[in-house]
Amino acid sequence: MTTPSVLVLRAAGTNCERETAYAFERFGATSETLHVNALLAEPERLLAHHVLAVPGGFSYGDDVGAGAVFAAELGTRLADPLLRFVDEGGLVLGICNGFQVLVRLGLLPGLDAPLGRPEVSLTDNVSHKYEDRWVKLAIASRSCVFVGDMEPPELPLAHAEGRIVCRDEALLARLRDEDRIVFRYADGSGRPTDAYPANPNGSVDAIAGLTDRTGRVLGLMPHPERALFGFHHPDWTRAGYDGSGPPDLGPGAPLFLNACDWVRRER
Amino acid sequence: MTPTTETAADRAFCIEVGIRPDRRDVLAARLVETAREAGLALPDGLSTRRGYSLRIAGGEAEARRLADALLADPVLHTARVSTPEESPAEPDTHRVEVARRAGVMDPTAQSVVRAAAALGLRVSDVRSWQAYVFPGSADVALLERLGKEVLANDIVEDVRVDPTTGIPPAPHLGDKAFELVHVPLEGADDARLVQLSRDGCLALDLVEMKAVQAHFAREKRDPTDIELETIAQTWSEHCKHKTLTGLVEYEGKVWDNLLKSTIARATNELDRDFCISVFVDNAGVVAFDDEHHLTMKVETHNHPSALEPYGGAGTGLGGVLRDTMGTGLGARPVASTDVFCFGPHDLPMEDLPKGCLHPLRVMKGVVSGVRDYGNRMGIPTVNGAVCFDERYVGNPLVYCGSVGIIPKDKVHKEVRAGDRIVVCGGATGRDGIHGATFSSLELHDESESVSSGAVQIGNAIEEKRVLDVQLQARDRGLYRAVTDCGAGGLSSAVGEMGEQCGAHVVLDDVPLKYHGLTYPEIWISEAQERMVFAVPPEHVDEMLALCASEDVDARVIGTFDGTGRLTADFHGTPVMDLEMAFLHDGLPRQKRKATRRARDLSDPPALPIAAAGDMLLEVLAAPNVASKAWIIRQYDHEVQAGSVVKPLVGPRRNGPGDAAVVAPVLGSSRAFAVGCGLNPVLGDVDPYQMALHAIDEALRNVVCVGGDPDRTSLLDNFSWGNCEKPENLGDLVEACRACYDGAMAYRTPFISGKDSLNNDYRVGDESRSIPPTLLISALAIVPEIGCAATMDLKAPGHELVLVGLTGPELGGSHLARLQGATGAAVPPVDLELAPRILDAVHEALRAGLVASCHDLSEGGLGVAAAEMAFAGDVGADLDLGAVPTRDDADVVARLFGESPSRLLLEVVPDKLPSLRDVLGDLPHAVVGRTVEAPRLRVTDGADVVLEQPLDAMRAAHLRTLDLDGEHGAS
Repeated sequence: MTTPSVLVLRAAGTNCERETAYAFERFGATSETLHVNALLAEPERLLAHHVLAVPGGFSYGDDVGAGAVFAAELGTRLADPLLRFVDEGGLVLGICNGFQVLVRLGLLPGLDAPLGRPEVSLTDNVSHKYEDRWVKLAIASRSCVFVGDMEPPELPLAHAEGRIVCRDEALLARLRDEDRIVFRYADGSGRPTDAYPANPNGSVDAIAGLTDRTGRVLGLMPHPERALFGFHHPDWTRAGYDGSGPPDLGPGAPLFLNACDWVRRER
Repeated sequence: MTPTTETAADRAFCIEVGIRPDRRDVLAARLVETAREAGLALPDGLSTRRGYSLRIAGGEAEARRLADALLADPVLHTARVSTPEESPAEPDTHRVEVARRAGVMDPTAQSVVRAAAALGLRVSDVRSWQAYVFPGSADVALLERLGKEVLANDIVEDVRVDPTTGIPPAPHLGDKAFELVHVPLEGADDARLVQLSRDGCLALDLVEMKAVQAHFAREKRDPTDIELETIAQTWSEHCKHKTLTGLVEYEGKVWDNLLKSTIARATNELDRDFCISVFVDNAGVVAFDDEHHLTMKVETHNHPSALEPYGGAGTGLGGVLRDTMGTGLGARPVASTDVFCFGPHDLPMEDLPKGCLHPLRVMKGVVSGVRDYGNRMGIPTVNGAVCFDERYVGNPLVYCGSVGIIPKDKVHKEVRAGDRIVVCGGATGRDGIHGATFSSLELHDESESVSSGAVQIGNAIEEKRVLDVQLQARDRGLYRAVTDCGAGGLSSAVGEMGEQCGAHVVLDDVPLKYHGLTYPEIWISEAQERMVFAVPPEHVDEMLALCASEDVDARVIGTFDGTGRLTADFHGTPVMDLEMAFLHDGLPRQKRKATRRARDLSDPPALPIAAAGDMLLEVLAAPNVASKAWIIRQYDHEVQAGSVVKPLVGPRRNGPGDAAVVAPVLGSSRAFAVGCGLNPVLGDVDPYQMALHAIDEALRNVVCVGGDPDRTSLLDNFSWGNCEKPENLGDLVEACRACYDGAMAYRTPFISGKDSLNNDYRVGDESRSIPPTLLISALAIVPEIGCAATMDLKAPGHELVLVGLTGPELGGSHLARLQGATGAAVPPVDLELAPRILDAVHEALRAGLVASCHDLSEGGLGVAAAEMAFAGDVGADLDLGAVPTRDDADVVARLFGESPSRLLLEVVPDKLPSLRDVLGDLPHAVVGRTVEAPRLRVTDGADVVLEQPLDAMRAAHLRTLDLDGEHGAS
């Protein structure tokens, strides 16, 4: 059986690379964490992996826009290997700043634009501040291989620029029609919501995560790698107060397990 | 990096990026709010612009491409390209521009250059700025006030209203002619010596100046300016702790080195096996698991934060993170703490002393500074506290702490003769000149103008870059020693590393941000994000290549040369030749007198019991008790995926957790807890008891969440008023004595500490001191995640068990304060009982006997029970008649008294017998039960004392610091 192999790509200011790599390893993957300079020097190293993960953080300080500088580097100098990687069946996961990079790059939602022309944007939260909180998600589509049959998860997020804005109304309609919306922010009963703070950033149509036409590229603002273990969930002490302790896995774990299983099954 | 050079073909442009009219301008909306808070009503229709001035190879087409492909996001923005000569004015509008002053750190510049290169564009001299555009007629005077009071800080930024030209690219500063300066000390009289110290911002007193004079008389020459600067930096209070290590006469006894005879003495006498490296390195090091140790350090960054809260607090955190990176061969930061003391956030404007920033502005700036640095570095900020008191108005306190993890075999460092001195990270500029000596002087209303150089602006991404390469270099064994560039800059870092060995530096080789620095400026600049390494010659190439591979600037600037002297050349001329022995050991010891402060103390009037219900809400809303959720949520407290107990707990995520628990090794269930204790108001009554209370509180906090009190270390941070005032020094002696007594009683060693002993500020002719403020931080091992607990009540039908004794004293309590009294006495810490209580509660937690656990601190039992109830959405009944007391504590003291060493536990009924076995003869009692009804009811026997709905208590707790009006949305 294939051992899933993950490339975790970092740049100056990436700061979630360790736990992102670990989350895949937890489910049997091997991982290599590379600085973007190293990948620029040898772009073909990407093609030796099954999964590309672009972790969270503040690449280049998010100066001139969230993910903008990292996206400019990928879009100009790594565009061909990246497109080939996706075409040949690679999986791509962008978390938080990684999602911002993929959107700015144009890989997500990738309706029809070539790389380099964003169709949607992730911009300032309506609250205009950075916030760390847990949110409930509704699953809008299971067309994405990372989702599989997972339960709608509760996940933590931490960002200042997570509000999805679409170029225009028609584009938003296409996101719905072409099944690109994977996760939406949901209220206590699991229904998508525009109400703060359940929708923490004011994202249009409560969008929290998007996929591309292949279903093999996922970007989301919440951090599943920070919900990998049972003890990550803020309520674990409410169930575990009898001394039994937290459950082993947390609500973010299935995303990584599903990706690893998919590679083992399909590659 | 060499200073950027332009070529004749590069042309200057301004690129201005605005929000498309059909998009929401979030910054503008926020700004209108902030201005309104500051009493400024802005005209409608504000829009904001982000601007860049730069030089680019080519012409307007290239600038346009840069704008469209990088600076503007087509979904959101429109971009305008112009030249600096053109007027930026738009018809029928007014415009305010804010730009950083020349030479102030602008992290954006580097990112733009890099991204432009990816697009095939050559860009240089980038400067970023912000513009605010108002349509129609606006009052220009109002806009000027807006610029000055809301948008910009003069110390680092320039404001222009309705400018007629654009902002030019970053200027090139001219090189200064080199001239070696000697300072004439020979024959200088006392007055002249004092004058020289003051003029040079040296912060050396007369005795010290005379020691310097005598030394150079023996060398038969005058010092150069850089030599004198180096001595001043090295001998600063900030670096040498002259007060704590000097001689102090107090009540007939001479304390010879307070630090060694109290705090460090306890550590030595306790001799705990988990102390790996204490008081010698940049942080304390304690044992953690089979492969790792933990490090911890807490720093203060008070004076810079008073002047420029954002930059001061950010670099405060950046500095303590570098302390972690500079411990052993480099620890990796895994958690941060922050504790602040501010003036009242609602201080009336007319009560604000001249030259001071308003406390609300200070608080917002400080919180943003910590947020932006910590979040960008990717270090979770997991614990903190905020204390408000009028005496901090002119001198806020900012404590930043850092916990790191380090492989067991990377703790030892040594410098050998022949090792190269390699400096890595940010280039050196004229930022932060005289930080170490400035922090040792009094703040006054002109501090802003004379000390602007002392303020630094951080660049967290630069520091993250350095951390990334440092850890790789460490694991490859490329260097033998490392320290950070902090206060005193290279002079301190190289001087300390080379203390035994000697060092020679070529100042021309230090990478500079721009031309024009003098040689002493290069040497003492506190430019941020720099680390200094001792690299064996055979590893230099690999070290430099590794740094280059991740865009980290690294340079050999000299050699640790085995001469025992500290020497430097500039432009081929020797400019410094100091004997290390004199530099490090030549400081004359201070002798100071301390006296006990006379105090006028009184108890508050008796509280009518009918007022207890309202008083409970009032205490919950008191700023020091009220929810800090507004701050906490702005910090990333979960990055690195080690968060076991978060700072906000309970189903609504609004319970004020006692301490955070972090599991720093992915896949391991071993964790640590970090908590703190600080209550300066107690010091107004009794500084000895204040210090014991701080220790007890920090320990209670970590024990509540599962920390093992027998594997707990302490850190001390003293922020005091000027200790030349004998009463301030008397308070310090009392607090130090308590640190010894407390550490011995709890068997918790101090592993690191820092003091800031000149927190006086001048208002008119009056010199005011802050209250003596001791922060105690506790770092405890949580042996297993499963024994962690949170403070939110879990379910109805459980018993509430109070452990510990309640006394009658109300000194320093919230109850006394809200009634305008100090209180006559602080309830004393029982040093025999307290450690036994903590041990027993820990044992109960480990045995799984406790459903929730909260310590009783500010506001006493009433507040603790209220917080547990509304955090858990579970009601509670309490009977004050059942509370274990001493000395006839009355009902009010039982409800609101702040006696130490007390914890309230929620216990499932069938575990109560086992819990009672564990608690044994320790004072404890079942004082209530959890109930379905959503309220807290407190009785005294048959009499109802108060009844409050959970919603009312929650709202009271949330509203005071709910600065964005979210009112507890969660």
